[in-house]
Amino acid sequence: MVFTPPVLNYTLLSPILILLGGALIGVLVEAFVSKALRPITQLSITIGTLLLSLVQVWKIRNEQSLTAAAGSVVIDGPAVLLQASILIIAIISVFVIADTDHFTALAASLPGSDEERHAVQTGNQVTEVYPLTLFAIAGMMLFPISSDLITLFVALEMLSLPLYLMAGLSRRRRLASQEAALKYFLLGAFSSAFFLFGMAYLYGYSASVTFAGIRESVVGGSGNDVLLLIGMGFISIGLLFKVGAVPFHAWSPDVYQGAPTPVTGFMAAATKVAAFGAMLRIYYTVFANAQWSWTPLLSVIAIITMLFGSLVAIAQRDVKRMLAYSSIAHAGFLLVGVIALNKAGLDASIFYLFAYGVATVGAFAIVTLVRDAGGEVTDLNRWKGLGKRSPWIASTFAGFLLAFAGIPLTSGFIGKFSIFSAAYESGAKGVVIAGVLSSAIAAFFYIRVIVLMFFTDPVQDGTSVELPSVLTRLTIIFSIVVTIALGVYPAPLLDFITHLATFIR
Amino acid sequence: MISLTLLMALPIVGSLVLAAIPKANEKLVKQTALLTTLIVMGATIAMAVGFERDNIELQYTEKYSWIPSFGINYALGIDGLALILILMATILAPVVVLAGWNESHGGRWSVKTFYVLILVLETMMIGVFAATDVFLFYVIFEAMLIPVYFLIGGYGSGERSAAAVKFLIYSLFGGLLMLASIIALYVMSGAQGGHTFDLAALSQLEMSSTTQNLLFLGFFIAFAIKAPLWPLHTWLPDAADSATPGTSVLLLGVLDKVGTFGMIRYCLTLFPDASKTFTPLILVLAVISIIYGAILAIGQRDLKRLIAFTSISHFGFITMGIFAMTSQGYSGAALYMFNHGFSTAALFLVGGWMISRRGSSTIADFGGLQRVTPIMAWTFFIAGMSSLALPGLSSFVSEFLVLVGTFTRYPVHAVIATFGIVLAALYILIPVQKALHGPTTPGNESLSDLNLREKIAIAPVIAIIVALGFYPSPVLKVINPAATHVIAQLGFSDPVPTNGSK
Repeated sequence: MVFTPPVLNYTLLSPILILLGGALIGVLVEAFVSKALRPITQLSITIGTLLLSLVQVWKIRNEQSLTAAAGSVVIDGPAVLLQASILIIAIISVFVIADTDHFTALAASLPGSDEERHAVQTGNQVTEVYPLTLFAIAGMMLFPISSDLITLFVALEMLSLPLYLMAGLSRRRRLASQEAALKYFLLGAFSSAFFLFGMAYLYGYSASVTFAGIRESVVGGSGNDVLLLIGMGFISIGLLFKVGAVPFHAWSPDVYQGAPTPVTGFMAAATKVAAFGAMLRIYYTVFANAQWSWTPLLSVIAIITMLFGSLVAIAQRDVKRMLAYSSIAHAGFLLVGVIALNKAGLDASIFYLFAYGVATVGAFAIVTLVRDAGGEVTDLNRWKGLGKRSPWIASTFAGFLLAFAGIPLTSGFIGKFSIFSAAYESGAKGVVIAGVLSSAIAAFFYIRVIVLMFFTDPVQDGTSVELPSVLTRLTIIFSIVVTIALGVYPAPLLDFITHLATFIR
Repeated sequence: MISLTLLMALPIVGSLVLAAIPKANEKLVKQTALLTTLIVMGATIAMAVGFERDNIELQYTEKYSWIPSFGINYALGIDGLALILILMATILAPVVVLAGWNESHGGRWSVKTFYVLILVLETMMIGVFAATDVFLFYVIFEAMLIPVYFLIGGYGSGERSAAAVKFLIYSLFGGLLMLASIIALYVMSGAQGGHTFDLAALSQLEMSSTTQNLLFLGFFIAFAIKAPLWPLHTWLPDAADSATPGTSVLLLGVLDKVGTFGMIRYCLTLFPDASKTFTPLILVLAVISIIYGAILAIGQRDLKRLIAFTSISHFGFITMGIFAMTSQGYSGAALYMFNHGFSTAALFLVGGWMISRRGSSTIADFGGLQRVTPIMAWTFFIAGMSSLALPGLSSFVSEFLVLVGTFTRYPVHAVIATFGIVLAALYILIPVQKALHGPTTPGNESLSDLNLREKIAIAPVIAIIVALGFYPSPVLKVINPAATHVIAQLGFSDPVPTNGSK
């Protein structure tokens, strides 16, 4: 047997390779650079790596290739758009992560142990969160461009494993944080198992693990449909778990709440882009011809997810949990874009992912600022009167909430409009009506928070708003500017997306 | 050259100037706001002078591509109806600023924020009447909720935040129903020759009668909440009760007109067949609103709530006039929208002064004002008379036209609605008799009468009420060509009066 070395197109793969390189350097820095210099070194390496990667993505924006890595990845318009979205969201997330006050000084120490106390007292802050972030981002970048099931699975694990760890890094309430990490890990492991199981069936169905091969069987319709249905079902469970769709959402409120807030923002925004990116590719290319098998079920899941997320969010008393349920509802809205299964749906989903991701990072960045002596204050009752104490922060947060609610002149409205109209165009009227209804429900709890912040008198309990660091400030300003700009004049971005977003097969 | 965009830009410029003024300098803030609204009023009057009233085409049109991938344009243009409503809004704005000179002091935020919100709202009020692109209309329709929400919740009294939330939730819910309809229109336009939101193009769409009925309802419910029509009115008394008088004037006088304006501009134009299908139902709701609003107004002890319920009755008249599908009814409804703006403004502003002087809004507390503060009492009296449509005051003409226009096609409805006029006499005359003319309630002896600023503020409103009562034709001449045109487009001709002896 002759071994043929795979042909790799390094230019097209460079965005991911750069990230992996940066992550490895980060690991070395963690080991060898003195602790005083570590944070700044890590931060500069991370940001530099991300920027470099973004430049590479920009350079290859018009490339199309099925053979960049021996048929395992595909580079096309949607790939570039999704990768760029992930990178931009990652950069602004890292700015918030850079505030090391949110992370435990020594993750390996037991909560409350002498070891931990010693690490805190000596200022021995570890900064492994940076390389972990880079590894996760590399996985996220690979996820939506994978074009065979093996690569897809590797990417899924590559993005998940660092996230499990990052969820447990919180400095305060460490036990809750570790519990969140464990919960995320366990449920994630289950979903990976489902995913693998589905892969096996699809292989059995089509005798191929490549998207092209499976697609051929689906189009030809020659295989055993039962295998296809089971395979599709289990793969979908794996993906739906990652995006937090009902009924696979149980992890998300706890993880969102327990994880350090900067990580939550990053996770909520970037994971969604990656997972929905992969989902769009799979459903739009591989399973497109079997749409009558999966659209009804996915429609039901979308409707339940939208309604459940919106309804349960009403009852939340904690801002992070509320945002978690809101993100579940948004996963439902995004599923509507998957169901649409037309060009407009693809464009709309990519726009929505970017707009939602940016607003989410901004919103969580603001959550990191509201603190008392014991750390962040996430109890909504203590957000009362925030508008009086720090009108700018409160107004910006209100802006993000209005965007989540889909009020016109924010990016959220354009996103919702484009997704709903795409779905309506493809005939999914029931889903659109459910979507509009749940938007109305969702508006209610977003507005409730605005009422709390602006129309209630502040409580004097030591809750204060931290002055944002320069980097966090940058993130917040960038997010709100993008959110408003995409609401007022989305034409350039929409045109750019429409121009690029076509899957190649 | 004056354009609608310029008109919309002026208040925004004013609000930017306001933003630059230090918070502490409240006097300068108010003066700047007043100056801005006066300039906008002047510009609108100039625009009205240049309006060709016999031309039924849209005028002052502008069109720029906004979001080309969805076929969305920034498109503006006005017909006679839009013109008079914009005119009403821009005349009321300086009146509100001047009349409510001190009403922003008890607010949650600074005086400056109040006027910034008012100016932003003014831009949107112009835009919502001028938009000819359905998407643009929707965006402004929804976005204008935000400043009103903060105006009610931040500067009102009593349960202001609850009232603001109630207002917002009702409106958002209606708006989302409308959004569903708009998406459907958009998709259908794509199937029939290219995505567009152009009102004229959308009105040419072919659709099945079921679709048309459903889409009509999406729009109509949103507008009926705004207008507000029974049984979707319940947010209004709370909002009017909590808002400052100035906000109430803008809310009831201008914003609620978006509902009735939308019924004409969007429901009738886009869904003519569905409008006819639903006419019987809507007329019944309108008649119920007339009677129900009037009866509840009679029962109110609170002055602000009284005015709110009279408005529900009046909006019943307007809706009835619109759906009577006759040119008199339509003209009457259009004129009614204009007149109602001023008579409600007068009621709310004078009522607001009475309330702030007395420190109470209970009607029974105002006994004897006729003797103590004659000017204030007389202005309130005139406003009240206008509200009950006394001949010689502006509302009479419009109410009469609505009733005549309705009677020729729906005599029963018109006859029942006429009772609304009788009830109107009750709900105005009872408080006038009890409060103004009765014995002086203890505590009222030393109330001060209107000062110069208040007199200047209310004078133009009273002048318009009186002038249009005697000579309504300047406004009617602007409305009538459009009215005949719209009714003809719907495929109706006015019923010919029959000779009773045949």
